[in-house]
Amino acid sequence: MEVASFRKKELISNYVILGIFAIVSLAPILVLIFNAFKPAVEFGTNPIGLPNNITFQNFPDAWIQGEYSKIFFNSFKLVLGTLILCISVSSLAGFSLAKLNPKGSNLVAIYLLVGISIPAQMFLLPLFLLWKNLGLLNTHIGLIIIYSALNAPFATFLIRSYMIRLPDELFDAAKIDGANILQQFFRVAIPLSWPVLLTSALVVGLAVWNEFLFALTFVQDEELKPISTILFAFSWRFINNQALVSAASIMMVAPVVILFLLFQKKFISGLTSGGVKG
Amino acid sequence: MKIFLNKSLIAWYFILPVLFIHLFVIAIPSISSLALSLTDFRGMGKLNYIGFENFIELFDDRYFIKAVYHNVIWTIAFLTIPVFVALVCAYLLTGIKRGQLFFRLAFFFPYMLASVVNCQIWKYLFSPIYGIGTVLSGFGLDLFTTSPFTTKEYSLFAVAFVDGWHFWGFLVVIYLTGMYQVDSSLYEAADIEGASKYQKFRYITLPMIRPVLVFTIMIITIWSIPVFDYVFILTKGGPAYSSEVIGTYMYSQAFERFNVGYSSAIGTMMFFYVLIIVGLFGILRRLGWEV
Repeated sequence: MEVASFRKKELISNYVILGIFAIVSLAPILVLIFNAFKPAVEFGTNPIGLPNNITFQNFPDAWIQGEYSKIFFNSFKLVLGTLILCISVSSLAGFSLAKLNPKGSNLVAIYLLVGISIPAQMFLLPLFLLWKNLGLLNTHIGLIIIYSALNAPFATFLIRSYMIRLPDELFDAAKIDGANILQQFFRVAIPLSWPVLLTSALVVGLAVWNEFLFALTFVQDEELKPISTILFAFSWRFINNQALVSAASIMMVAPVVILFLLFQKKFISGLTSGGVKG
Repeated sequence: MKIFLNKSLIAWYFILPVLFIHLFVIAIPSISSLALSLTDFRGMGKLNYIGFENFIELFDDRYFIKAVYHNVIWTIAFLTIPVFVALVCAYLLTGIKRGQLFFRLAFFFPYMLASVVNCQIWKYLFSPIYGIGTVLSGFGLDLFTTSPFTTKEYSLFAVAFVDGWHFWGFLVVIYLTGMYQVDSSLYEAADIEGASKYQKFRYITLPMIRPVLVFTIMIITIWSIPVFDYVFILTKGGPAYSSEVIGTYMYSQAFERFNVGYSSAIGTMMFFYVLIIVGLFGILRRLGWEV
């Protein structure tokens, strides 16, 4: 679709300007990819170009020296745990706010909206003290609960705005067939809402995978750290071996890239959904 | 028993889990923070009520003032450069068909990557040993002979640049969506009048996407205050506080010096700032601004 119809000559300048910005966006990432396939000795002579000799050795080296099998497992555990907890509580609430609308539920919506805009620094320290007293510091479940709370308002609104558009007749028909509210939720709402559930899962999963501040604060045990804080420490530990650090970075990015290429529309619409509504 | 199965009560059972988690993790600690900001608590031992002393001290704390000043610079930088570039790119994108998807993905891609990875990329590119500097010096240009992250004059701008580089593609997508909602007959009319590309942008696109534009201005104003990741990872606020922002200053007060009361006061100020901004935009909306 063409909006502001441009003349042919103008199109060339469009492509030139856009091309420059595309290079600014992508070239730094390309350098990272090149470096991951470069032998360590080549960095002195060829720091940002294509590798002269391609090597795959950096990946197993980084994997073993950084104990990445353990770290990946930690991060997957956090992502999966958060998805299970966050998406289930959010879809329950989203369903109720969309279709059941109990008295006073608009207050819940306002509360959650305010909750989204509270800066993390407001509750970070008391939460830390609370978690310390509850023995939840340095545990994955502690971090999963935090991540679920941080992402639940967003997921709830996203799911609610989708479920609100499901036709009421479907629920009425289920009611006539004798379905109670729980059955309406599981048999009607959930199966019809899988696109929005997938979008929420992708956005929340990405947020957890990339999260830094809470991971830094709440998990200090090296055995339990997720990939983001490990990579932070790794980049200082191997500051003189950029080949290893680049390979480790690529390993953190790879799952995101694959999912992004598969579901780019869902990612983009999910991540910008707050903005599009205006 | 029957009263617990009342229909509206069941509807509330669905909402309770989210409310419970959110209260537990965010609301209760936030309220505790409000209370702790009025004490001299240091993580252990006795806790004394000291009124607004922490807040008074903050206004005398020159490192805090410096951090606030840096956040103001940060906010202004983000409200101008990324917004301008994103508007231009989104507008140019509306004019092309072939390759539009590629450009959209290219611009958006850095937004998907973890802060740790993006920082790693730019720390490398700006490093005097490996980065762009070494290539430029091959051409006789002595730029980036020291990393801007370790130079007092540039550290804040260098960090803001990296964060902006990762963020601006998000704005492109939002503006692009807004621009596609503009009625295309307006452009057709302008074409008949012989309007230039710039005139169409200035007099049609910009006024028509004002709600989206104001929305992004609001989120940038709000998000610029708790910035933490990029500053902490790249410079930790240094060298010599030259890139310290409120977020990193609060963190060091909280977790390096354990000044619980004092850092709660900082967090509380940040919260009230956000409330004021949200309120301000709410008032604008009430006044009939289409925001």
